Amino acid sequence: MAETIRKITNSIGLPRIIITLFFILTCVMAVLLELPIDMLTHQVLVRIGMNGVFVLAMVPAILSGTGPNFGLSLGIICGLIGGLMSIELNLYDGWGFAAAIVIAIPIAVIVGWVYAQLLNRVKGSEMMIATYTGFSIVFLMSIGWLIMPFKSPEMVWPIGKGLRVTISLGERFADILNELWEFPIGKVKIPTGLLLFFFVCCILVWLFLRSKTGLALKASGANPKFSLACGINVDKNRITGTILSTVLGAVGIIVYAQSYGFFQLYQAPLMMAFPAVAAVLIGGASAQKAKISNVILGVFLFQGLLTVSLPVASSIIKEGNISESLRMIVQNGIILYALTKVNGGE
Amino acid sequence: MAQINRIHLSNNKDKTVLKKIKDIFMKNIVTIIFLVLCLIGIELSGLPIFFVVSELVTRLTRNSFLVLSLIIPVLAGMGLNFSIVIGAMAGQIAIIAVTHWGVTGIWGFLLCVVLSFPFALFFGYLTGKLLNKTKGQEMIASMILGFFANGLYQLTFLFLVGTVIPMKNDVLILSHGVGVRNTIDLSGGLESTGIKYALDEIWKFPIFYIIIILCGLVLLYFGIKLAVDIIKYRRGNKKPFMNNCVKYIFNITVCLILLVVSILIMTGDSSLSMINLPMITAFVIVILCLFNTLIVKTKLGQDFRTVGQDKHIAKVSGINVDKVRVLAIIISTVLAAWGQLIFLQNIGTLNTYGSHEQIGMFSIAALLIGGASVSKATVGQAILGTVLFHTLFIVSPLAGRNLFGDAQIGEFFRAFVVYGVIGISLGLHAWRKRVELKNKLRT
Amino acid sequence: MTQEYTLQMKDISKVFFNNKVLNSVNLNVKSGEIHALLGENGAGKSTLMNILFGMPVIHSTGGFEGEVIIDGKRVDIKSPKESLDLGIGMVHQEFMLIPGFSITENIKLNRETTKNNLLSRVFSSKLKTLDTKSMNRDARECLDTLGMDVNEKSKIAGLPIGHMQFVEIAREIDKRNIKLLVFDEPTAVLAESEADNLLNAMKTLADTGIAILFITHRLDEVMQVADNITILRDGEVVSLKQKEQTSVSELAELMVGRRIEGIMNSNKDEKSFDDKEIILKIRNLRVSMRGEQVKGINLDVRKGEILGIGGLAGQGKIGIANGIMGLYPTQGEIYLEDKKLELNNPKESIKNGIGFVSEDRKGIGLLLDSSIELNIAMTAMQMQNKFIIKLLPFTQMNKGKIRKHALKMIKDLDIRCRGPHQMTKRLSGGNQQKVCIARALTLNPDILLVSEPTRGIDVGAKKLVLDLLVKLNNQLGMTIVMTSSELGELRSVCSRIAIISEGKLEGILMPTDSDVDFGLMMSGEYHKINRGEAL
Repeated sequence: MAETIRKITNSIGLPRIIITLFFILTCVMAVLLELPIDMLTHQVLVRIGMNGVFVLAMVPAILSGTGPNFGLSLGIICGLIGGLMSIELNLYDGWGFAAAIVIAIPIAVIVGWVYAQLLNRVKGSEMMIATYTGFSIVFLMSIGWLIMPFKSPEMVWPIGKGLRVTISLGERFADILNELWEFPIGKVKIPTGLLLFFFVCCILVWLFLRSKTGLALKASGANPKFSLACGINVDKNRITGTILSTVLGAVGIIVYAQSYGFFQLYQAPLMMAFPAVAAVLIGGASAQKAKISNVILGVFLFQGLLTVSLPVASSIIKEGNISESLRMIVQNGIILYALTKVNGGE
Repeated sequence: MAQINRIHLSNNKDKTVLKKIKDIFMKNIVTIIFLVLCLIGIELSGLPIFFVVSELVTRLTRNSFLVLSLIIPVLAGMGLNFSIVIGAMAGQIAIIAVTHWGVTGIWGFLLCVVLSFPFALFFGYLTGKLLNKTKGQEMIASMILGFFANGLYQLTFLFLVGTVIPMKNDVLILSHGVGVRNTIDLSGGLESTGIKYALDEIWKFPIFYIIIILCGLVLLYFGIKLAVDIIKYRRGNKKPFMNNCVKYIFNITVCLILLVVSILIMTGDSSLSMINLPMITAFVIVILCLFNTLIVKTKLGQDFRTVGQDKHIAKVSGINVDKVRVLAIIISTVLAAWGQLIFLQNIGTLNTYGSHEQIGMFSIAALLIGGASVSKATVGQAILGTVLFHTLFIVSPLAGRNLFGDAQIGEFFRAFVVYGVIGISLGLHAWRKRVELKNKLRT
Repeated sequence: MTQEYTLQMKDISKVFFNNKVLNSVNLNVKSGEIHALLGENGAGKSTLMNILFGMPVIHSTGGFEGEVIIDGKRVDIKSPKESLDLGIGMVHQEFMLIPGFSITENIKLNRETTKNNLLSRVFSSKLKTLDTKSMNRDARECLDTLGMDVNEKSKIAGLPIGHMQFVEIAREIDKRNIKLLVFDEPTAVLAESEADNLLNAMKTLADTGIAILFITHRLDEVMQVADNITILRDGEVVSLKQKEQTSVSELAELMVGRRIEGIMNSNKDEKSFDDKEIILKIRNLRVSMRGEQVKGINLDVRKGEILGIGGLAGQGKIGIANGIMGLYPTQGEIYLEDKKLELNNPKESIKNGIGFVSEDRKGIGLLLDSSIELNIAMTAMQMQNKFIIKLLPFTQMNKGKIRKHALKMIKDLDIRCRGPHQMTKRLSGGNQQKVCIARALTLNPDILLVSEPTRGIDVGAKKLVLDLLVKLNNQLGMTIVMTSSELGELRSVCSRIAIISEGKLEGILMPTDSDVDFGLMMSGEYHKINRGEAL
């Protein structure tokens, strides 16, 4: 009995079990504390949709062998540029949203390509380099936000120079996906469009991974030497994976922003990669392997835990934001756990 | 490979002085770029030299210790230790406790030193254990570990203090009795309540007097050496003189220039003559420099170096690699804890949830700017890097404002530079390692 | 009587996973003697040394039988450290040197001389200062013993390889109590003149009373320096000779021996391929593969034959197939039926009809975390667009077709598995090998290169794999180039066997040729001797 338990623990990983149990515990607490369950469920669903694409962006990166994309902020910045252009063009509603994505994607492809060139030169240390590339580009772009020639009064400071820190989407395309085909089940409002968008993205990536290129990409990540002997160009596949991840990051921020209601510039994208990395790892992925199911499960567990734990914690301890500390511990704990499973060095 | 080496050797011989200079230039390219950036920044900012220098002296004594705490893990091949943040936390735990007990001044400081030691020791041990499990990924692991520990730290001081950990103190604890306040004043108005300037204020002395004295001593030393070599030269042993001739001339000239400049400053009515150096803090930093240099000459230091060069060979020759690595991290963590104490006694306010966060990043950037790399770092690089990094820190907002009409641009540029320099040097290191590996596989 | 021997190993037997690798081996080395230990790969030399050095791998697999006696005293060596304490040293084939350290530092690695200082007295002995002067003095002394006039303070990086070897030796003799020194293929990496220096140094050392155990396959060197020679074959001592009573050819024959594994390819001897067209022509092939350098080989492969490539490990035989596939940097010319093949491009090699089964099954041969069917289909899918549904510009894998093909392969090759969806890492070695072969066959290759097809798989499975190759050859007429370290296996399957020594083609033999010829060729003595006779 003890043997089988240990086997299960090993295959799932202790941290994942703890997190799952913890999530169940907070849910039970939420019920016991008589918190508004319907509201919470709605919030959880929205958070899944908001963050899902970011988490999905980890899959091509991990599978192509570059490890979790800690440089996701590059993609996010591309998405922000797309979004800002859409506002600058004075587009509204569906057109605004679509234009943002359409403009962002080619930018993300170019940025992803350049970024991939870098990652191909630093094989074995991708995670660290990716993190710092992301960090430094965020600050470089902070200068960019100050000096870019955007004119729209919604975006620039009325006095002084540069773009605002947060740019409201209220009139433009805020909640465009959330409210699309929204319907209530009981008291719970289901953000149909948002979830649908996320699932469609998942299916597209899933289909891609079954295509010739996708399979080659998976092989390159799983065993570069095998791929070489099969005549597969490993570096090219790593580039494809990185580009795809960057594009998904760009799309991700637009989806995130329409639900959040704002574009956040300057330092906001700095740490955005970490929750996404943590989510996919919680879902059962490792630094070398990931599946679409890991994405869905991971984003549900992680965002669910964060959403539910916030009101639960604050109703137990009135002051302070305990769920923020909790997020840091869970998020970085799972990344550390995954790092101990990476075979490197020796 | 052997052939390549031979070609390389013969090339070395024909190298002209010009080429040598170019080599030195290329090897120190990062440092030189920053030197230029700093000079431009000083010029653009239009800040008075007095302000820059006095601010720099303060920041140098404040930050050097932390930067120096990074050297030993580099020696042991564990790269840049981002987890010195955890050491800083240990220091802050001690400060909070000591401030709570109301021990102030130098005694408070010493108590902090003693109290932070076991915490740092324990944290360092755990960090080392973890890094042994993530060999080859030490840097990202230590960085994420810093974030993780920060979560635990917040949890402890926001929610456990006042609930699980009993602590009553109206000044330190938030009004509802749970959690430590955001900022803790370490000086506290008229009557001192903390350890502000505990070390700095013990003895201050004009910095240019010190430079004069040091230059005098160095001149004396080289003078004697030169004399000895000249005597040897006369007796027919030409070798030492010829070998060291350039070195002597260079060192003596530099010392003389410094001496003359310092004397001019002290005798003139420049405000620069009023800049004081906190002697005890400086003394402590010098001791750490000595420690870092001397440890290389001990058995322990040799173990660090061996492990740093090749884990496998170290293991085969009977060194307990894991233990040596843990020890390196423990030393680094303890030093970081003490470094944070020096840092905070100078700043005078503890930002409970923020003071430690940037420590790792800033210290590492400083070290790298000084010309260090992931696999090599010296005391000189640490000090030089701290000087350059903080010069940039002082001047960049104003330089940005004067250049672009926006101080924020300067600040963003500074942050970009911090992250960029870390990213670039990590990238270069990884790239070189790969090229080396490729060459090795080919031969 | 026993006192005169520095080392005695008596009746040593060792079983690895039901596989007897050593069978009551005896080895005796006197002080001042150079004792050569000869044997093919897998003869048991390294296991014997692992026992002598108390390597963990021995104890974690159930220990060994027999006794080790040092200076007449029975010892029980449990760790490498203990063997060091007993005065046994090893000069490694792969240098254990740190390039960034000076010669002195390397010689004194973890045995540094130290002095007390204030801190070390108060705290720990770890803080003792290094006594650089005395360390340099010791190092100088050792280097002088070996007749090496390099400055002891210079760095290892940049030294010629021969010097590095000497630094390794200097480290061993610096251990004051050294009684027995093991040289593991020390001349393998050296140029001829350097090798001569080394052999002289060995003699000098032996004259000081140190016992030397010399592991090698270079028979002329054995004849040059050794006093006595023990020959191992298949885990048994086949002979103990004194140098004066033997010759190079005798040693060669003893080393190889004849292991009959049954003639598996019945028609190989009947058919002659001499009149068949040349399907693969290799000219001056050079491959930079670490540890398996190919240094200029000419070889012709005829249509429909099974050509064997044999030789000792590290001589370059593995590099040939890898070079043809473009997996390692390659120079020279390769012609496929008169068409010149583009080198260093695996894609080209595959597209031109060369199938490859790698020697590194788990590292290169398989996607361990993927299913059998995906493994089988992968190369054909990527290179020949098989098993793909095209919806331009999009593609999807054709799961049905893959499944059908995989099932056929599983049946044809008799792969024992739970089904085509099973992950390859859960298969046994023999079945994994069959998956690799299936993947190569899916490409419908004209030539199949198979490297070490039976490495690491059990006896029953070995026969199945070899039978399969013969079947492919006989029934489909497929040309096969089989590289193997097991001479017996090559002799039972191949029609011709090319022997590679020191990166060059030593000669081509028929399976029926004598053991002496095989032995001489494997140890690279064939030409030297024939040249000698010609003179």
